Amino acid sequence: MQMTVSQSTIQPVISLDSVSKIYGGETVVSAVDFKVRPGECVVLVGHNGAGKTTLMKLMLGLTRPSSGEVNVFGSNPAFSAAVAQHKTLGYLPESVAFYDAMTGREVLAFYARLKGVSNSDCEHLLDSVGLGDAAKRRVATYSKGMRQRLGLAQAMLGNPQLLFLDEPTTGLDPGLRHQFYELIDALHKEGVTSLISSHALSEVEARANRFIIMKAGVMIASGSLDELYLQAALPVRLEVSVAAGQASSVADRLGSGLTIDKIGNEKLQLSCFNGDKMPLIRRISELGDVVSDLQILPPRLDEVYSHFMNGERS
Amino acid sequence: MKMLWVLAMKELRDGFRNRWVAAAIVVLGILALTLSVLGSAPTGSVRVSELDISVVSLASLSVYLIPLIALMLSFDAMVGEFERGTMMLLLTYPVTRWQIIMGKFLGHVLILSIAILLGYGGAVVVLTLVTGSSTEGWPAYAMMMASSLVLGAVFIALGYLVSVLVRERATAIGAAIGLWLVFVVLYDLLLFGALTMDKDQLIGQQLFSMLMLVSPTDTYRILNLSSFEGVSEAAGIAGVASEAGLSGALLISVMLVWVIAPLMATLLVFQRREL
Repeated sequence: MQMTVSQSTIQPVISLDSVSKIYGGETVVSAVDFKVRPGECVVLVGHNGAGKTTLMKLMLGLTRPSSGEVNVFGSNPAFSAAVAQHKTLGYLPESVAFYDAMTGREVLAFYARLKGVSNSDCEHLLDSVGLGDAAKRRVATYSKGMRQRLGLAQAMLGNPQLLFLDEPTTGLDPGLRHQFYELIDALHKEGVTSLISSHALSEVEARANRFIIMKAGVMIASGSLDELYLQAALPVRLEVSVAAGQASSVADRLGSGLTIDKIGNEKLQLSCFNGDKMPLIRRISELGDVVSDLQILPPRLDEVYSHFMNGERS
Repeated sequence: MKMLWVLAMKELRDGFRNRWVAAAIVVLGILALTLSVLGSAPTGSVRVSELDISVVSLASLSVYLIPLIALMLSFDAMVGEFERGTMMLLLTYPVTRWQIIMGKFLGHVLILSIAILLGYGGAVVVLTLVTGSSTEGWPAYAMMMASSLVLGAVFIALGYLVSVLVRERATAIGAAIGLWLVFVVLYDLLLFGALTMDKDQLIGQQLFSMLMLVSPTDTYRILNLSSFEGVSEAAGIAGVASEAGLSGALLISVMLVWVIAPLMATLLVFQRREL
């Protein structure tokens, strides 16, 4: 089942129409359909080999689909006529490789010239990813994290309107991860469209508008976190704070239509199906002063993810 | 055009950085100086200029050396970027595949031009200054330098074709050496072998000319040894080429075809390549 994207008159930045890719007899992407609208931040999740990188390569025109149609900015990215549009996109490949004999500054300057970006912008980018001091060193001497940062810097060259980031935070320390997501948030506010593939579910769940879950080349689910949560029909979790020692008596008074996950002294953890949520909340509020607080725990992406990964395709 | 230049400049810088340019200049310079100095000994009796002799000996050795240098410059151009993963990123920039090939080609031809100009050109300047000899042989020498560059361009283009066809760098090295052996050594060997065996003269003048034309190294040799009277006298093959109906323009066109055809083939393969 797939959530239908709401009809919009705005031209999508990316659209895939039953796209399949077969490499040497093996289907790596199978009948994938989705659209990305301007300004959206879409995250591709899935195990290694689920087809995320192949999807990005298809959208970048590095490979051609075996069947189906890929459109980026309204044209086929595999045609050389689409090359001019590469000025407005940035790409960070999964394990980014550079010309090792060149210094960090030379590498970035080379890519900048290809995009028609000035040298001062390069220096600014190098500083912003924390490579200002290492810019004079050869890339061969860079650590994995430094290469990743240089990779980010080149992806940001020339204020791209569309970003493809394949596992962008691998090799970055927590501080830089934070900085990276701040950058993404800032770009998002400016209306930049981004497509990110990631394993770090907890990091991306607050940022993305939409998730696309891939499994063995098939798109098994797509939608916002809330939509996915509904699709998955996962139980809603509630945490009720009650007066000391009252937890078990409160649990008894709540009746049916719920599961008691945990009873503490002052805290009670419940879960129920989404449809039962409102009646349950009403019943809790009717309990009066014995209940001091009620929290509805937001759905977590990793729960949804593991549901779709483990469960059969719905 | 700007893209071509950016890509070419990168190759040129790479060439300077890894001392390729310097090494090629030294090798070509030493070769030219040595041959000129050694070659000036017998000039008295043959009555041809020292430079003409230099052209004969340099052209004969360039046939081996220039293709080798060109192939070493070019064998890695495509496969190296595929293997390291830099091609993928490069292709997401606003450059076409055609521009990538032509940009690299321009850069590598520039490297070779600098090496030939400074190596061969420097040697002749030094020689003229030291011996104070006349400048009458200069046109032939300049022609030798220019055609050496074209010969180099042929093998740069052939090196790209090898580089885009194979999957690993190691294979590319092997294939480049094979290419060199075939064009520089084996083809001539086979041709002369066939001529020696050919007791009934089945290989006529026409066919022989054709067979010579097929090889870019032979066209280079004929071009240099026959275009200028002084040189062909020094080489002892006066009038051979014109009798065989091989004009300079034809020889140059053949070499240019040998540049363009492998480049086109490289582009065709590259266009269909998926990353």
